[in-house]
Amino acid sequence: MYYVELALTGVTFGCMYAMMSVGLTLVYGLLRILHVAHAAVFALGAYLTVLIANSAGSVAVGFLAAIALTPLFGMAIYRVLYEPLLKYHRDVPMIASLGLLVLMQDGFRILFGEQGVTFRDSSLSFTTYQVLGLTVTAPQIAVVAAAAATFVGLHLFTTRTRIGVGWRATVSRPQIAASFGVDPIKVRYLNFAIGSGLAAVAGGLVALMNNLVDPATVTVVTYKAIAIIVLGGLGSVRGTLVASLVLGVVEAYGTVFAGAWLDRDAIAFLVLIVLLLIRPEGFTGARPA
Amino acid sequence: MTSYTVSLICAVGINVILAVSLNLITGLCGQISLGHAAFFGCGAYAAALVMVATSSMPLALMAGMLAASALGIAVGFASLRVRKGFLAVTTIGVNFLFVGIVRKQEWLGGEMGVSGIPPTGLGHLGDMTLIVVIALATVLFSLYVTRSWMGFAFKAVGEDEQAATTVGIGPAGYKLAAFGLGTALAGVAGALYTFFTQFISVDSFDFTLSVMLLAMVVIGGIGSTWGAVAAAAGLTLLPEAIRFVNDYRLLVFGTVLILVIRLAPGGIAELARGAFARGRTS
Repeated sequence: MYYVELALTGVTFGCMYAMMSVGLTLVYGLLRILHVAHAAVFALGAYLTVLIANSAGSVAVGFLAAIALTPLFGMAIYRVLYEPLLKYHRDVPMIASLGLLVLMQDGFRILFGEQGVTFRDSSLSFTTYQVLGLTVTAPQIAVVAAAAATFVGLHLFTTRTRIGVGWRATVSRPQIAASFGVDPIKVRYLNFAIGSGLAAVAGGLVALMNNLVDPATVTVVTYKAIAIIVLGGLGSVRGTLVASLVLGVVEAYGTVFAGAWLDRDAIAFLVLIVLLLIRPEGFTGARPA
Repeated sequence: MTSYTVSLICAVGINVILAVSLNLITGLCGQISLGHAAFFGCGAYAAALVMVATSSMPLALMAGMLAASALGIAVGFASLRVRKGFLAVTTIGVNFLFVGIVRKQEWLGGEMGVSGIPPTGLGHLGDMTLIVVIALATVLFSLYVTRSWMGFAFKAVGEDEQAATTVGIGPAGYKLAAFGLGTALAGVAGALYTFFTQFISVDSFDFTLSVMLLAMVVIGGIGSTWGAVAAAAGLTLLPEAIRFVNDYRLLVFGTVLILVIRLAPGGIAELARGAFARGRTS
């Protein structure tokens, strides 16, 4: 039973990783920028969720408001930070992104304190259910459900709608997509909006799970998400999902078996390096265009 | 000279070596590395162990250099296999693995780090002079390499591997050479750091430092030795210069980083070139 519970924890973490890494994958797929500041966007979503939920007295309102506001911020990052830097060496926007991450991380610390913020009504974080002899928490269910909804939604969006298809076309062949009348600039804004919105959901869920958002939340996300998008084969959404789930499960078991000689956070990168040496193109072998 | 000034000069010297050596790998040869702190740390730990065992400064310096370049060449082999975007992440991974593994090793001091490293016997001023001399030598070496055939080959490989191959420059050997040289220098910097602080802990070699070093190369202007030197000095001294905003230090640092990149994406080197060109035409 213990091992089943470990697997369950692993899957939950995997779903969470998937939601926070998708934005990074989307940006990399489209613009080839390592969007490090995505972690700050994630943190912004988490803070917004908690703060608005506390002042409105409803967790649901908090989530909705964060989902509505965070994409605006994501699009602003593209407009103000990345667009003017796209024509330079590709490390240049990454360093700018990093500056933003440092700035925002410290900004959160100054505004909301070292201790971070918690939900005033934290009952939801601690609600548990018994399913088939397993103890499941409400946030765990929420995370898995949200991830499932997200990825099914993304799949339908990119295969069934005109905008979605245009989006995919732009990612794989920007010039040709543009010649077919897809506006590449709109696609970029859409990209940042969707990625940031998902990061906000993930942020809110992490806040719910730990009943805490503090400046350290950001750090973990940055690095792990980077490992994940590479494992998934840069720029591939499906790969990101698979890589996140695998990583979540490997981490859950890895901490039990290898915790004595390896940090939890290093496990992701050990898996990553071994895998990259075996399959230099990433997990799914999806070649970024 | 106050001990504060001495420690600042040492910090600048060490960061200059690190930035210039990273510039060889990333700036010249185009192999982006976000794990330079791991090589720095590898050199520091090797030097610390040798220092504790033998108290011999030259031996420790050699050990630091060899250990770091051995790891560097191993990562260099990885760079032959994985492509650009993946390489950046592989090197991030190397950095995290280094920190993650060292942290759990009892014989490397684990969380506590290595303390009680014997002094070099040169005194603080002597250590400082050693650091400054080696930093200057590194800069001269880098300038020499840039002008040499090897530097030309590095640039060719960095810009277009296929084109380089067509004119008879095999990318593999030069990539390994760049990694070997750059990481050996980082190992030397690590040994110097050990001599100077006499205490090392793994947190000093984390990913944040790697990122800072890459920021130095980018802000200096990718590929420019003098740019890397100027940016290394600037970024090392900036947090000291803005100590009056102590609590907001990182906030200011982030803002400055964004502004510099946003206003001068080509880095210090391009600004200097621009100023020079304007001076000539007027």
